[in-house]
Amino acid sequence: MRKDFSKGIFDGLPIGLGYFSVSIGFGILAVHQNISAFFAWLISATNLTSAGQAAGVGVIAAGGTLIEMALTQLIINLRYSLMALSLTQKADRNFSTLKRIFLSFGITDEIYAVAISQKEKISASYMAGLIVLPFLGWTSGTLLGALSSKILPEMISANMGILLYGMFIAIVIPPAKKCKPIRFAALVAAGISILFHFALPFISTGFAIILSALFASVLSAFRYPIHKEETK
Amino acid sequence: MSLILYIAVMAGVTYLVRMIPFTLFRKEIKSVFLQSVLFYLPYAVLSAMTVPAIFYSTGNLGSALIGTAVALAVAFFNKPLIVVALAAALSALSFDFFL
Repeated sequence: MRKDFSKGIFDGLPIGLGYFSVSIGFGILAVHQNISAFFAWLISATNLTSAGQAAGVGVIAAGGTLIEMALTQLIINLRYSLMALSLTQKADRNFSTLKRIFLSFGITDEIYAVAISQKEKISASYMAGLIVLPFLGWTSGTLLGALSSKILPEMISANMGILLYGMFIAIVIPPAKKCKPIRFAALVAAGISILFHFALPFISTGFAIILSALFASVLSAFRYPIHKEETK
Repeated sequence: MSLILYIAVMAGVTYLVRMIPFTLFRKEIKSVFLQSVLFYLPYAVLSAMTVPAIFYSTGNLGSALIGTAVALAVAFFNKPLIVVALAAALSALSFDFFL
C-alpha cells in the first residue's frame, strides 16, 4: 500500500512539473482579467483543470451569470465524467466509496492518462500519490504566474499560452504513433474540431470539443472495436 | 457579483462532473462497443482541444505554427510532457524574439 503511494508520487512527478509551468500561464491570464493572486490560487486549488478554469475566468471577466458559469463548466468538463467512468473499470476491489468521493477530485486529463495506462488495476493509494505533485505544481505555478505577471514582459507571458497544448500533444503523439486506431481517432477529432471552428463558429468551443470527441470516438469504436484484453 | 460565488459554482460543477460517475458507477462494462468508445475518447478530447486552439495560443500565427511543429517533433521522440511543453513555448518565444 505504501509502495503504491510512492509509485503514484513518482509517476505524478512529470505531470506536476508540467502543471507547474502551464499554470504560470493561467496565473498570468487571471491577473490580466483583474483577479487577485489569492483568488487565482483559490480557483486552481478548487478546480484543478486547465480549459475549464481559463473559460471560467472569461465568464467572470465578462460579468456572466452563474447559470452561464455552471453550463460552461459542465460542457467543457463533461469529458471528466467519461474519464471517471472509464477509470471505474480500472479501480481495484478495495477502492471504497469514501475514497472515491475524495480522490475523484483529482481526475484530470493527464492523471487519467497515466492511471489508465497502468498494466494492473489501480489502488486508492496509488491514485492518492498520483494526485499530490500535480496539485502542488498546479497551485504553486498559478501563484507564481499571478505574482510575477506584472514583472514579465508581454512577449513572454503571451507565449506561455502554448505550454498547455504542448502538453496535450505530448500525451497523444506517442500512442498515436504506435497504434493506428488511436491515430485515426485523434485525426478525425482534430478535423471535426477545425470544421466547427470555421464552418459553425456560433457553437461554443466547449460544446464543439465534446461533439468532435464523441463523434471521433464512436466512429473509431465502429471501425476498430477493441478487445477486452487490450484496454486493460 | 461576488467572486467567491463564481468560484463556488465553478468548483462545484467541476467536482460533481468527476465525482458522480466515479462514485456511483461500479459495474464492469461488458459491451465491446462502449469499451472501445471509452478507450478512444481521451485521445479524441485532447486532440479536439488542441486543434485549432493551439494556432491562436500565442497571439501570433507564425510563432504558434513554429511552436506546434516543434512540439510534434519532440513528442514524436517520446520525450516527457514537460520537455515537449517547454520546447513549444521556447521555440514560439524565440520566433517572436528574432523575427
